[in-house]
Amino acid sequence: MEELAGRPKSLTEQEFHYCPGCTHGIVHRLVAEVIDELDIQEQTIGIAPVGCAVLAYDYFDLDMLEAAHGRPPAVATGIKRVHPDKVVFTYQGDGDYASIGTAESVHAASRGERITTVFINNAIYGMTGGQMAPTTLEGQKATTAPRGRDTKEAGFPLQMSEMLATLEGAVYVARVSVDTPQRIKQAKEAIKKAFKVQLKGLGYALVEVLSTCPTNWGLSPQQALDWLEDNMIPYYPLGELKSVGEVE
Amino acid sequence: MSNQVALTGNEAIANAMRQINPDVVAAYPITPQTEIVQIFSQFVADGEVDTDFVTVESEHSAMSASVGASASGARAMTATAANGLALMWEILYIAASTRLPIVMPVVNRALSGPINIHCDHSDSMGARDSGWIQLYAENAQEAYDNTIQAFKIGEHEDVKLPVMVNMDGFIISHAVENFNILADEDVQEFIGEYNPEHTLLDAENPITVGPIDLQDYYFEHKRQQSEAVKHAKKVVAEVAEEYNELTGRGFSYFEEYKLDDAEVGIVALGSTTGTAKAAVDNLRDEGIKAGLLKLRLYRPFPAEEITEALSNLKVLAVLDRAETFSDTGGPVFADIRSALYNADSEIEAVNYIYGLGGRDTQVDEIEAVYKDLQDILESGEVEERVQYLGVRE
Ligand SMILES: Cc1ncc(C[n+]2csc(CCOP(=O)(O)OP(=O)(O)O)c2C)c(N)n1
Ligand code: SF4
Repeated sequence: MEELAGRPKSLTEQEFHYCPGCTHGIVHRLVAEVIDELDIQEQTIGIAPVGCAVLAYDYFDLDMLEAAHGRPPAVATGIKRVHPDKVVFTYQGDGDYASIGTAESVHAASRGERITTVFINNAIYGMTGGQMAPTTLEGQKATTAPRGRDTKEAGFPLQMSEMLATLEGAVYVARVSVDTPQRIKQAKEAIKKAFKVQLKGLGYALVEVLSTCPTNWGLSPQQALDWLEDNMIPYYPLGELKSVGEVE
Repeated sequence: MSNQVALTGNEAIANAMRQINPDVVAAYPITPQTEIVQIFSQFVADGEVDTDFVTVESEHSAMSASVGASASGARAMTATAANGLALMWEILYIAASTRLPIVMPVVNRALSGPINIHCDHSDSMGARDSGWIQLYAENAQEAYDNTIQAFKIGEHEDVKLPVMVNMDGFIISHAVENFNILADEDVQEFIGEYNPEHTLLDAENPITVGPIDLQDYYFEHKRQQSEAVKHAKKVVAEVAEEYNELTGRGFSYFEEYKLDDAEVGIVALGSTTGTAKAAVDNLRDEGIKAGLLKLRLYRPFPAEEITEALSNLKVLAVLDRAETFSDTGGPVFADIRSALYNADSEIEAVNYIYGLGGRDTQVDEIEAVYKDLQDILESGEVEERVQYLGVRE
């Protein structure tokens, strides 16, 4: 009998430590499924961030490297230059990718590094206890913004994908969400494309995944999914911001 | 007036910051410092302080923003730990050499790698040559007291240097302790108003901050910085005395615990000195003449005062919660040994590196160190100069 579902080969047996309702786990699974479907488990190297996904190296059954906070794109650059024939991806939160590591993110894209980034935007610093991130929405409460983000003091939420899509070196940029089964399917398609872009050596590929952090948003898992749809998607519109025909 | 309260070390420091009411706080969160900025941001939101609080994107920017604010004549603070401090490295030196009295609590945590969030001193010890004044605390009370005194030390006209207020991560930062908190107005009166001699946009006295400084004057400026550090030693003692008059608490450079008649002694800093006091008490009950010197001021290093205080000892162990990877022991050991050499001392000194990455150090382990010292005292022989306490070999 054909097995229709099961644990992807590229995930280990290790149970996720993520909070109930956190969507990090879903995205891990999508990445692993894509790696299985493209049959690249034996040639893929992953970079784990500092953030809630710090233990990603325990979950992906791949060779992994743990980078300092914000530095995965630079570390991935080093690996890819040594192993141009291998697949190198970074998995990063918004603190990692869009705050402390913004320079690395922008310049890896600008150089058109042939790497793939899966960027988890949950509008908060999850691991450290829910402080305001550059991606925190206007009015959204955080432990360092107890009255909500005030744009007069803290500016406006950073739209990383829009910013990076302006760079020539970033050839594939998509924003997806994992708040509904349909969007999870679309997210997987985008992640697959982002890996294919790398396999074809076309340039930098980024998939921004709108994600939940029920713990630090102070919401139940279901409320968090609703909050994402009602608040994040209007400010962070979904879809491909940039694509290349050759991957189709 | 003062009040007894039960707070964690982080809460103690956040409250000291509230009472100081700095003009600018720029910070990026990092465990175990996060609470300090979170609590402080609540004070900002509730209008309890007038501070401009900036949630910058990294520690490098936190320190840079502090430099900008301080150069503009403001009281600027930030707080960090471990990798956050490491990321500030470039700007730490610039802050000190630009002579900006920024105050920064550092909640000591092991520096990566391997990645670890627990206490040791590898973060601040690495910054010991950056030109910052460094104070260490045994408990929340001392961390609070050091924070209140920091601006008064750093802003003194003979000093003008940034001050790092160190507090052990988790052990102090997350543990609730009873301590005395001053009245807000007493703190304000104690620290006084800040009237910097030079600031940006003082239209009568235009200045440039941080210009290029080559073979012509770089050396002279560094020499002045060394002089300022020398002055800082005197000012730390003066401020401690004034604080003692106000509160009845504290000491200038170090605390001597049963050191007077001690034959075997330990020098240490941070929370482990509390554990060491318990060990000293136990050993005293057994008739062993054990003593402790707890360092408060590590930069500048009060070498002469330390060797004077240790002069009756026969054998000494220096405890270091950091490695220098010099193959000659930890950082405090290096300083103490060179101080003993200058003093022509005959004390036999050995070093124990302990507690890296948050490894717990218990009373019995410190007692064992004293027993080692007794053995050295009896045999006159040192088998191993540098040892590692509580590690699996
Ligand atoms: C140099 C440095 N500064 C700060 C930290 C503390 N830190 C660890 S994770 C994190 C933010 C994590 O947020 P994000 O990247 O959004 O990931 P999430 O936990 O939300 O998945 C921070 C600030 C660190 N590890 N290193
Ligand atoms: S803190 Fe937030 S991001 Fe981190 S595991 Fe929990 S829900 Fe997920």
